[in-house]
Amino acid sequence: MPKPPPPLFLGRASYRQRRLRDAVRLLPVAGAVGCMIPLLWPRGAEGPGNGLALLYLFGLWAGLIAAAFILSRAMRPEDDTDAAEGE
Amino acid sequence: MLTFNLLVLVALAYVAFLFAVAFAAERRAARGDDGWLRSPLIYTLSLSIYCTAWTFYGAVGYAARSGLEYLTIYLGPSLVMIGWFWVVRKLVRIGRTQRITSIADLISSRYGKSTALGVIVTILVVVGITPYIALQLQSITLSFSVFVDPGGDVPAGASRDAVALWSAAGLALFTILFGTRNLDANERHHGVVLAIAVEAVVKLCALLAVGIFVVWGIGRGWTDMLARIDASPIADWSQPGGRGVGLTFLSAAAFLCLPRMFQVLVVENGNERHLVTASWAFPLYLLLMSLFVVPIAVLGLDLMPAGSNPDLFVLTLPLSQGRDGLAMLSFLGGFSSATSMVIVATIALATMVSNHIVVPVWLRLRRDGSMIAGDVRGVVLLARRVSIAAVLALGYVYFRLSGGGAALSAIGLIAFVGVTQILPAMIGGIFWRGATGLGAAAGLVSGFAIWVWTLFLPSFGADAVIPAQVMAQGPWGIGWLRPHAFFGVQGIDPVMHAMIWSMLVNTSLFLIVSMLTFPNPLERMQGAQFVNVFEHSAGTRAWGQTAAAAEDLLIMAQRIIGAADAQAIFLRAAQAQGKPGYLPDVTPDFIALLERELAGSVGAATAHAMVGQFTEGASVTVEDLIAVADEAAQILEYSTQLEAKSAELEQTAGQLRAANEKLTALSVQKDSFLSQISHELRTPMTSIRAFSEILRDGDTGPAEQQKYAGIIQDEALRLTRLLDDLLDLDVLEHGQVELHRQRGQLRDVIDRAVSAAGPRGGRLRLVRRRADEAIMLETDLERLAQVFINLIANAQKYCNAADPVLRIEVARLGAGYAVDFVDNGTGISPEHRQVIFEKFSRLTDPGRAGGAGLGLAICREIMARLGGGIDYLPGQGGAAFRVVLPVADAMAAQ
Repeated sequence: MPKPPPPLFLGRASYRQRRLRDAVRLLPVAGAVGCMIPLLWPRGAEGPGNGLALLYLFGLWAGLIAAAFILSRAMRPEDDTDAAEGE
Repeated sequence: MLTFNLLVLVALAYVAFLFAVAFAAERRAARGDDGWLRSPLIYTLSLSIYCTAWTFYGAVGYAARSGLEYLTIYLGPSLVMIGWFWVVRKLVRIGRTQRITSIADLISSRYGKSTALGVIVTILVVVGITPYIALQLQSITLSFSVFVDPGGDVPAGASRDAVALWSAAGLALFTILFGTRNLDANERHHGVVLAIAVEAVVKLCALLAVGIFVVWGIGRGWTDMLARIDASPIADWSQPGGRGVGLTFLSAAAFLCLPRMFQVLVVENGNERHLVTASWAFPLYLLLMSLFVVPIAVLGLDLMPAGSNPDLFVLTLPLSQGRDGLAMLSFLGGFSSATSMVIVATIALATMVSNHIVVPVWLRLRRDGSMIAGDVRGVVLLARRVSIAAVLALGYVYFRLSGGGAALSAIGLIAFVGVTQILPAMIGGIFWRGATGLGAAAGLVSGFAIWVWTLFLPSFGADAVIPAQVMAQGPWGIGWLRPHAFFGVQGIDPVMHAMIWSMLVNTSLFLIVSMLTFPNPLERMQGAQFVNVFEHSAGTRAWGQTAAAAEDLLIMAQRIIGAADAQAIFLRAAQAQGKPGYLPDVTPDFIALLERELAGSVGAATAHAMVGQFTEGASVTVEDLIAVADEAAQILEYSTQLEAKSAELEQTAGQLRAANEKLTALSVQKDSFLSQISHELRTPMTSIRAFSEILRDGDTGPAEQQKYAGIIQDEALRLTRLLDDLLDLDVLEHGQVELHRQRGQLRDVIDRAVSAAGPRGGRLRLVRRRADEAIMLETDLERLAQVFINLIANAQKYCNAADPVLRIEVARLGAGYAVDFVDNGTGISPEHRQVIFEKFSRLTDPGRAGGAGLGLAICREIMARLGGGIDYLPGQGGAAFRVVLPVADAMAAQ
């Protein structure tokens, strides 16, 4: 039977929490970039049309909301100590 | 067909329902049963006042005119909330720790509790938001007029004004009733928040219902809808990208800066964790609100006659299909959007106007210190109520003057650009410690001026305020100052033009002036508090040592936040300091705490000024200056806390060490006493045994017999005395002593003591002032005399002066009297002073004294029983003891 790896010195749970916070911080940046992608699309008649743009934007939006929802569930607001933020 | 009267009836019933909801919420909150009022769901729904009538009706119109661009208005706030960890969380924490009451208060508080900045921000938002309120009134009247005249564009004149007037009056009543109910420290309004949460549900349901009807009732589902969209006039993906990005930024910035958003987002926030829920729930709400906008717009363009107002498609589309019930629901949705926005915006504006303009002016007028006499609480409440009425009146007047035409429909974005001017000062203030009040003022004023010139004044229409000639050529022919073409840059959309230039100049001036100027100490401290709010939420330290009396502060606090709350705060503070009663020590910490509590009611600047009246002349101490001058103020503060803690530890350790020393000394004493007492017992015993043996042997003469019997008796007496003393002390220590109270003169007691002690030591000279000793006592005089005898005998035994003198002095001591026994010997060395009152303590060599070192211990026990005390009195030139006579028993001779 393989031996389980020795526990890391830093607490795994709090390390995961800090990375979750990073993800929360990153999410709006990702969202902003996502919102700007349609700017690259060709305009006018040969463009994809508003129907597709509408689907894309709402899809992106719903994705962001879902991600925010999942992150908010995973985050433990109790240990709101930013002292640990320096890793 | 719905009649106008029915509509009015429904609207009134709906308003009555809202009143009932708000009233019930206030009742529950007053009973302390506000758990569910504080839920994250209510918080999220209250954020929905972002969606005003402008978005409820206007989004469809916007989509009909400009395609997908309307989405930017929703995407910006969504991104802000999804990114709550960046800005919103910090704002909420600051709002909580600093008791921020409004966005003007935030700016004012951050930049050294500056009154001027509060005024600037207040004026800016009043100018920017009043038209916005007018827009809501317009939307209400427009929606009414749709039912009177389905065309929608030509409202019926007379009834239109009446609707606007009555709406404004009703809203003022609601806002005054539920918005100024209390001046509680947190500025939270349960009734209002619950009412707008209900309205949020109503408007969402209304829009969803219309959308579902449009997609599945008129159209045939999503695929059909997408086909219709691609076939519609707004099919092309053709927006210039810059405008989309600009509008997204603008709406995100406005979401943070709009006074009403700040009110619900920060001020009404009951729990920081609600943000976690709102971070996904609020974007979801916005998504649902905007989901059906394009379908409604596309079908409206399709089905409605050409030229009908696309802003009213949400109403007119169901009406044209004969769905009166749906139209009614939609009407209520729009009505909800308008009313909730107006209520919260008015509360926010009124708070600012009363806290930053009315109360400071009132305070200045009453500088003579008559504040304690005045009812500040009443004045603040009145100011707020009057401000509410004034803001709504202003909105109504604006609505009447502007004529309610197209000029108003653009005001939404115009207001956004206006309030966005606060953004640099706000973001800079919470992230950059170098931001100064002058920088913020420079940025705000310049941005405000540019906004007024390039966007606000031109929005009234050509020739309305700015003559057309100026618009075309610039003021005095200065071409680069043309409102829509600053520096000759032409052809940009006016909103974008104004936003880019105002933000550019605003931000640059804010940064440059901040870097060039030097902040005052209070500003530096507030800056550190705001920027590092997560590191130390301990609180502000504003005042140094101060002479303010706790009672004055309590009186003032009661005037502002009410007697019960103020007393609770003072009681808590006193308890925290470990003091009984309602008056804590006026420490800097307490002043800071009180100031924050007051700031929750009247704003930081006013609270600071009010507290300042009592702490005058003691603003910032040198230590404070050092603390802020150092860039590492936070580290200093932290180390100060550590220092305080370690000082405390050191103190405790010192006490322990002293106790230990005393214990050691006592133990040594006890050992020496044991050897001493065995010696004391052994010496007389030895002689008794020896002489009794001689007597037993019987070969002695009568004279010798006499002598030996005398020696035996003397030694037996000495033994008895020793045992008596031990017994006496034991009885006293265990409280079994019976006191025989009687009245008598102090002089007589001393006389008796002197004569009792006298015969043995005639060498000692006594100095007395008999006149001073004429004091009537009622106590156990025998015991008191015993104490005096002991002290006189001690002086006889131990005073080592060549010509020993004992002074007996009687002096008044507070309410009672003290009798001092001072000799002229070398006194008692400091290291011995703490043990002389202990049992068995003897300082000089045992042989000389003849006592067992119990005298002073007995004295102390007696005085404690009598309710007085005995102490060693240092610094008198010799050994000195002070006997404090029991207070209640000492009476001046009649």
